[in-house]
Amino acid sequence: MNATWSRFNITSIVLGFAFLYLPIVLLIVFSFNESKLVTVWGGFSTKWYVSLFHNQGLMDATWVTARVGLISATVATVLGTLAALTLTRYTRFKGRVLFSGMVFAPLVMPEVITGLSLLLLFVAVGLDRGFLTVTLAHITLTMCFVAVVVQSRLITFDRSLEEAAMDLGATPVKTFFQITLPVIMPAIVSGWMLAFTLSLDDLVIASFTSGPGATTLPMKIYSQVRLGVTPEINAACTILIAVVAIGVVIASLANKRREVQRQLDEQAAQRG
Amino acid sequence: MKSLGSIRRDFAPWNDPNAKPYIQFDNVTKKFGDFTAVNNLSLTIFEREFFALLGASGCGKSTLLRMLAGFEEPTAGRILLDGQDLRGIPPYRRPVNMMFQSYALFPHMTVENNIAFGLKQDGMPKPEIASRVAEMLKLVKLEQFAKRKPHQLSGGQRQRVALARSVAKRPKVLLLDEPLGALDKKLREETQFELMDLQQNLGLTFVVVTHDQEEAMTMADRIAIIDKGEVMQVATPAEVYEAPSSRFVAHFVGNVNMFEGKVAERTAKTTRIAGATGAQIVVDNAVDTAAGADIVFAIRPEKIRISSKKPADAVNALEGEVYDIAYLGDMTVYHVRLDDGQMVRASTMNAARIAEDPLSWNDRAWVSFRPDAGVVLTR
Repeated sequence: MNATWSRFNITSIVLGFAFLYLPIVLLIVFSFNESKLVTVWGGFSTKWYVSLFHNQGLMDATWVTARVGLISATVATVLGTLAALTLTRYTRFKGRVLFSGMVFAPLVMPEVITGLSLLLLFVAVGLDRGFLTVTLAHITLTMCFVAVVVQSRLITFDRSLEEAAMDLGATPVKTFFQITLPVIMPAIVSGWMLAFTLSLDDLVIASFTSGPGATTLPMKIYSQVRLGVTPEINAACTILIAVVAIGVVIASLANKRREVQRQLDEQAAQRG
Repeated sequence: MKSLGSIRRDFAPWNDPNAKPYIQFDNVTKKFGDFTAVNNLSLTIFEREFFALLGASGCGKSTLLRMLAGFEEPTAGRILLDGQDLRGIPPYRRPVNMMFQSYALFPHMTVENNIAFGLKQDGMPKPEIASRVAEMLKLVKLEQFAKRKPHQLSGGQRQRVALARSVAKRPKVLLLDEPLGALDKKLREETQFELMDLQQNLGLTFVVVTHDQEEAMTMADRIAIIDKGEVMQVATPAEVYEAPSSRFVAHFVGNVNMFEGKVAERTAKTTRIAGATGAQIVVDNAVDTAAGADIVFAIRPEKIRISSKKPADAVNALEGEVYDIAYLGDMTVYHVRLDDGQMVRASTMNAARIAEDPLSWNDRAWVSFRPDAGVVLTR
């Protein structure tokens, strides 16, 4: 390995990371600012974190976001998994190409269009905008992502596993719950997490489909920023970053451990 | 007590007109769209038989197995198992189990749970499951691997788990789809004999699908040679090899020399064949063929003697030139170009360490064989 650090390499790395993380570092630093003026450093303080927890509006929005995320991710995971199963298993029904195209279209559809069309639909059927509509909209948005993730796993799924289970006396339903589902579970879980994350940080579609009493956290932050950035918002964002970072670190640590365990297992198998 | 060998030698229900067939394929046809995988095929397999379906890939042998397991339904015809028509019975209610080519071990379950899976489906009481699993693990010598997951096992160990899982339910019939295909050569040969012992000890009926003729010859009581969805011949390994019923079978199993020709003259005991390229061959009367009929004389390389001088007593002796020699250790294979242009393959066992009659490239040589050494094929 070439371990020499040329001036060029150092410059590239510093610039690259600065480009990626400088804004976030600034945000975290200023969340601990004593001063009310966002861009002027007035000494270290955690008072914005305290006031954050007393800001009923932000706390409500967080609660709404969490509920919308959990419900929409769960429903989208069920629907997306079913769609993926259908698309990989029943490859010869009429209109399959159209169906698969339509399932995946929201992936590339501009969010503004999705949001607007959903808004029109809800108005047309007379559905009051609120918690229900934003949850439905997020299911629509995230379902196709789940379908893509689960489908890519199903394509490599060995069908003889299911045949073996049935051959050994398991009915199709038992086979699905005892064999198919456990084997594709990692893909379903990552689909769920993707759906949850997408729902968590969606602003555009939520703005179109949400109503009074169902303001999500991104909407709340955005509207407060328009009135002027307060260090409270910085604190809220810092907490969000911390939550996401902890999640990513845990996931990668678990992955790493599995990988190491797997290598040990394989070495053990080689030795007999 | 009878040894396994003598049981095997005496076992020949196919020669007994009163023997009850165990598995019957009755004019079975299977079509996938326009493609006919199995074409009006009939086949009888007996209880406790080790039966091999041998054929090239895509010949329909796996489809036969999958129809027996219940993963495919015949388009026409019927399959009987122990007198019961299997039509409409789903795979999970058939008294047959299958060992898959890919082994299909459940990756999220331990070896133990893989083996117990079928027993649990039957609602067997827990203590009984535990003792049966232990018995199976002992049978395949994997006792210390009970708690491992499939990815923690080597290929040979996985194969044994798959085998243990498929016999754990004591099925009436065990279906094996290329059971040794994923193993290396040494391990494959060992496992062939283990499978045979297992089949004898458990007294099960085995139906194995393979494309490997050596495997089929080693293990099976009888072999069905399948081509394009049809049975070409069903016979014991020795019959298939020594008395193939057609050119296809002769070619498919082992090496063979073919002489195209016509029946020139028939006497009380022998037939003289005029080869298309000029050779005159005298054979014992085996096939009822009229003079003038187009036939093929097929003879295995090891039935041909090769020598530098014409053997005095030989009925059939043809002269040519050594074209190529392949020394394989246990035997030597000679390719001789006869003076009429036909190539003949002759093999000699290297019984002595130093050959007495060394033939070399381009030497003149005689190939000779007895009148009963080959077969006359009309198909």
